[in-house]
Amino acid sequence: MNFGKNIALGAIGLAVVAAIAIGPVRAEEVEVKIDNFVYNPQTLTVKAGTTVTWVNHDDIPHTATSKTGVFRSKALDTDDKFSFTFATAGTFPYFCALHPHMTGTIVVEAGSGKS
Amino acid sequence: MTTHDHDHGEGPSRRKVLECMTWAGTGVLWTISGGVPHSLGIIDEALAADAKGLTFLQISDSHMGFDKPANPNVKSTLEEAIGRIKALPAKPAFMIHTGDITHLSKVKEFDDAEQIISQAKLDVNYVPGEHDIIDPEIKLYKERYGRGAKGPGYYSFDANGVHFMGLVNVAALKAGGMGSLGDEQLAWIEADLKGRSTSTPIVVFAHIPLWTVYPQWGWGTEDSERALSYMKRFGSVTVLNGHIHQVMQKVEGNVTFHTARSTAFPQPAPGSAPSAGPLKVTDDKLRTMLGIASIAFEQGDQRLAIVDTPLAS
Repeated sequence: MNFGKNIALGAIGLAVVAAIAIGPVRAEEVEVKIDNFVYNPQTLTVKAGTTVTWVNHDDIPHTATSKTGVFRSKALDTDDKFSFTFATAGTFPYFCALHPHMTGTIVVEAGSGKS
Repeated sequence: MTTHDHDHGEGPSRRKVLECMTWAGTGVLWTISGGVPHSLGIIDEALAADAKGLTFLQISDSHMGFDKPANPNVKSTLEEAIGRIKALPAKPAFMIHTGDITHLSKVKEFDDAEQIISQAKLDVNYVPGEHDIIDPEIKLYKERYGRGAKGPGYYSFDANGVHFMGLVNVAALKAGGMGSLGDEQLAWIEADLKGRSTSTPIVVFAHIPLWTVYPQWGWGTEDSERALSYMKRFGSVTVLNGHIHQVMQKVEGNVTFHTARSTAFPQPAPGSAPSAGPLKVTDDKLRTMLGIASIAFEQGDQRLAIVDTPLAS
């Protein structure tokens, strides 16, 4: 039983490695959920070229506003989404312009095809 | 010689007396110039006693456009609030609205608010909430309510010897912070108060509380202390806010802080819920948690009374 599981996990691991090796610059999509006035995950690390989508699950509008002016969503009402594609590596802190105590960070690492 | 000795000898003790008088003076101002607001509880009693004074009304957080389960019909509860104002036995001098007129700064939401609030047939002095200035240039709010105001919409005026200041603490907020007035507005506050007699009652109104109610939820204004330092010398300062959708009061020296109920939906007590999101209550309870506030000054003893009235008891 245990043995079988390990094999299965190993197979998945190999598949993941293979995927990364085959498609290093393929765009990915990752979601940041807004729940109870919190960005989840609060810090998200992605590869360059990834599109991050914020989804607001609160009954109160929020924004995802870059601290350095890189991106700025409109006010997202309940279930509204905002997407931004991070082309370059770097650290991108952001906050909610309506409730500035809400903060988050997107860390973008250089894609494995580059550098 | 005697006079000289007298003066010389009394120097220090006179200074001491003056120190005491400053201290006692604060107390005297407190008693004579009022500045101590009371919640009387019964609206008719307060208004009947105030026929010759100044009475004005505060409404807040109408959130036109909000349609979620906490209150899917915010227009009807605003209408009920205005209905209560129209039915008051003594007509208030004017109204103030402490922001979040709309939920998403949409034209239709501003139109709906105007259509309902204008039925009170009273002048309304507005300050914006963060929900009213979602468009980056604050165009919609300023076109309607901010004409003649400074910056994002702050201003002052006088009524019956009371000095009113409408402040904006929801614009250009910084990451990780709370409400903020900003240097420009703070300088204006200082200049606006300069030269005014300390016996002039001051009423400040702004959307987010000007004292730190609960920083974890951003319920406070980070540079409010500087604003309040300019008001320290006044005998009576009353700060009226909204934003937190519940009645809260605090007295600190000569300053009384008070927040009004929303006309749209209640919010939880600080820290009592995972977040500050709308508090969902049963329909029969909703109207006990929404309402208006009536504020009265009585000429003579200048007592200031704040009466919060829910839409239903």
